[in-house]
Amino acid sequence: MSGAGTTDRPTLTSAPGTRVRSRTVAAFAVAVLALVVLAAASAAIGQVPTTPAEVAGSVLHRVGLDWGPMPAHPSGDITLWEVRFPRVLLAILVGAALATAGALLQGVFANPLAEPGVIGVSSGAAVGAGAVIVFGGAFVAAWSVAAAAFAGGLATTVLVYTLARANGRTEVVTLVLTGVAINAFAGGLIAFLLFVASPAARDQIVFWQLGSLNGATWDAVGVVAALTVAGVAGAAAVASKLDLLALGESAARHLGVDVEKLRRGVIVLVAVLATAGVAFTGIIMFIGLIVPHVVRMIVGPGHRVLIPLSAVVGAVVLLAADVGARSLVDNADLPLGMLTSLVGGPFFFWLLRRTRARAGGWG
Amino acid sequence: MTTTDTSSLRRRLAALTRTSELPATPEPGQVTLRAVGLTVIRHGGSGPARRVLDRVGFQVAAGEIVALVGPNGAGKSTLLAALAGELTPAEGRVELDGRALTHWTPLDMARRRAVLPQSHTVGFPFTAREVVAMGRAPWARTPRDLDDDRVVEQSLAAADVTHLAHRSFPTLSGGERARVALARVLAQQTSTLLLDEPTAALDLGHQEQVLRLAAARAGEGAAVVVVLHDLGIAAAYADRVAVLEAGRVAADGPPREVLTGELLSRVYQHPVEVFDHPVTGAQLVLPARG
Repeated sequence: MSGAGTTDRPTLTSAPGTRVRSRTVAAFAVAVLALVVLAAASAAIGQVPTTPAEVAGSVLHRVGLDWGPMPAHPSGDITLWEVRFPRVLLAILVGAALATAGALLQGVFANPLAEPGVIGVSSGAAVGAGAVIVFGGAFVAAWSVAAAAFAGGLATTVLVYTLARANGRTEVVTLVLTGVAINAFAGGLIAFLLFVASPAARDQIVFWQLGSLNGATWDAVGVVAALTVAGVAGAAAVASKLDLLALGESAARHLGVDVEKLRRGVIVLVAVLATAGVAFTGIIMFIGLIVPHVVRMIVGPGHRVLIPLSAVVGAVVLLAADVGARSLVDNADLPLGMLTSLVGGPFFFWLLRRTRARAGGWG
Repeated sequence: MTTTDTSSLRRRLAALTRTSELPATPEPGQVTLRAVGLTVIRHGGSGPARRVLDRVGFQVAAGEIVALVGPNGAGKSTLLAALAGELTPAEGRVELDGRALTHWTPLDMARRRAVLPQSHTVGFPFTAREVVAMGRAPWARTPRDLDDDRVVEQSLAAADVTHLAHRSFPTLSGGERARVALARVLAQQTSTLLLDEPTAALDLGHQEQVLRLAAARAGEGAAVVVVLHDLGIAAAYADRVAVLEAGRVAADGPPREVLTGELLSRVYQHPVEVFDHPVTGAQLVLPARG
C-alpha cells in the first residue's frame, strides 16, 4: 500500500497529453544519449591517452565481443578499468542520487528550495562518515563509512523536518534558515574532527569537503550503486503521492494519502540517497537543486516523470561537471564540489529572488 | 509464527480486502456522517485550554444540504475539520457510513467523502486540469478509474473552469482557484461533500452557481455539509441549517424554523431582521442598520 507505483498510467494528462508525452519521451531520449556520449568522453580523457572508440572497444572486449580497437597505449586498458570506469560510474550514481534526493525533498516540503546540501542533510552525512574515518583509523571498510553517513544523514533529515515545519507546512524562510543553522553546526563538528584527526585522516576529510570523484574504487561504486538503485526505485514508487502532497498535507490526506507514512518513507529515502551522494565523494552542493528545477521547466511538475528524469539528468550534469573538473585546467583535477558550488550558488540566489518575488514576500 | 504475528498478518489481510472494497451509494435519507457528543479542546499557547466544540451532535443524510452558520469563532470550521477527521476529539466520536472514522483508512475515507478547504495553495505549477485530476487519485487502480477523463471534463465544466484547464494553478486569481478546487472536489465523486466556505472568494454569480451545484449533487443523492457566512444563501439553498454559538449547536432545523430574528440577533450580538421577499416570498435575512 505504501507506494505501489502507478507510473505507467496517464491519469494526469490527456487532452494536451500527447504533446506533453512526446516532450517527455524526447527529454528522456536526449538525456540518455547525452549520458552515453559523456560517459565515453569522460573515460577517454586523462594522462594516458585513449579515444572514445578505444573505450568502447575495451568495454566490448571485456564482455566477450571482439569489436572495436583496444587502447593503443600499453597501460591504456588497465587505466580504464582501474581508474576511469569506477570514476565515471561513481559520477553517474552520485549525480542520480543527489538529483533524486533533491526532487524528493522538494516534493515532501512542497517547496522548490529544498536540497540536501542547502538544508544540511549532506553535511550531516559528512559528519557521520568523517567520524568513522577519524575514529576508525585506516582500516575502515567502505560499508562502515556508508553506514555512518547514513546515520548522520537520517538524523539530520529528521531534525530539519521537525524544525522547519509549523502547522503542517514549511515556509521558505524557515527552511533555508534551518539549513543555515544545521550547516553551521555540522561545520563545527567537521572542524572538530579535523582538529583531532591524524594527518592522513585529515587529508581525507579536507578532500571530502571539497567534493571530488578522485580516488573512486570499485568497492565504493558497489556500495553507492546499491544505495542509489534502492533510493531511486523507492522514490519512483512514491511519486504519484508526492503530486497530491503539493495540495497541502490535509488535502492530500483527504485524497487518501497516509501522509505520516509517506513522510517517514521519504525521509528514509532521502537519507539513503544523501548517503550515496556523500559517503565517498564528499559534499557536492546544488545538483539536487538545479536538476529537478530544470527538469520541471521542461516536462512540468508531475513527479512520475520528474523523479526518473531528474535521476538521468543528474547523472549527466555530474558527469559533465567531472569532465570539466578534469579538463578545464591542464594536469589538474579541480575539486568537483567547488565547480558545482560556483555554478549552483548564483542559481540558488536567482531562484531565491524569484520565489520571493512570486510569493510577494516571504511565506 | 507467534499468535501476535498471525493476528497482525490477518489484520493486514483484512485491511487489504477492505480497501479494495468500493463503497456502495447510500440510500436517500440514510445518514452518511454523524457526530455524537463531539468535544474538541484547543490548547492555545500560554492561554487556558478552550472548548472549541462542546458536546456537539450533528448529522447529515444522503440527499440533503446542511448549512453550518454562526459568528466567527463559533466553531464552524472546527466542526467541519472534525467531521473530516482532521482533529482528534477529546470526547465523542464521528461516524462515516456507520463506522467510526478511526475504523477507516485514509483511502477508504477519500472514497466516501471529499473536503473543500478554505484556502487553496498548490506547491508547484500544476495546471488546473492536473489539479482537478488529482481528485481522481482515490479511484486509481479500481474499475472506476476508467471514467477519469470524462469525470475530470465534467467537473471542469460544472465549476465553469474549462477555459482555465491549461493554465498553471499559481497564476489563477483567488476566485478562479476556488472554482478549480471545487472542481477537484467534485471529481472525487463521493457521496458526502464537506465544503468550507466555498463562496468566500467568489462574486455573486459564482456564489449562486456553487450553491446550485451543491444542490444538484444533493439532488443526485449526495450528503452535503457547507459552511456559509451569508445567511440569505443558507436560507435559499439549505435543507437544514445548523446555527453554532460558542461551540454548541444553538439550533438545527429547516431554515424557516431556525433562522428567526430573535435567535440570530442573540447569536450574532447584532439586531437581525428576517422577512419574506415581497414578490417571490423567499426568506431574507438582513442585519438591521441605522
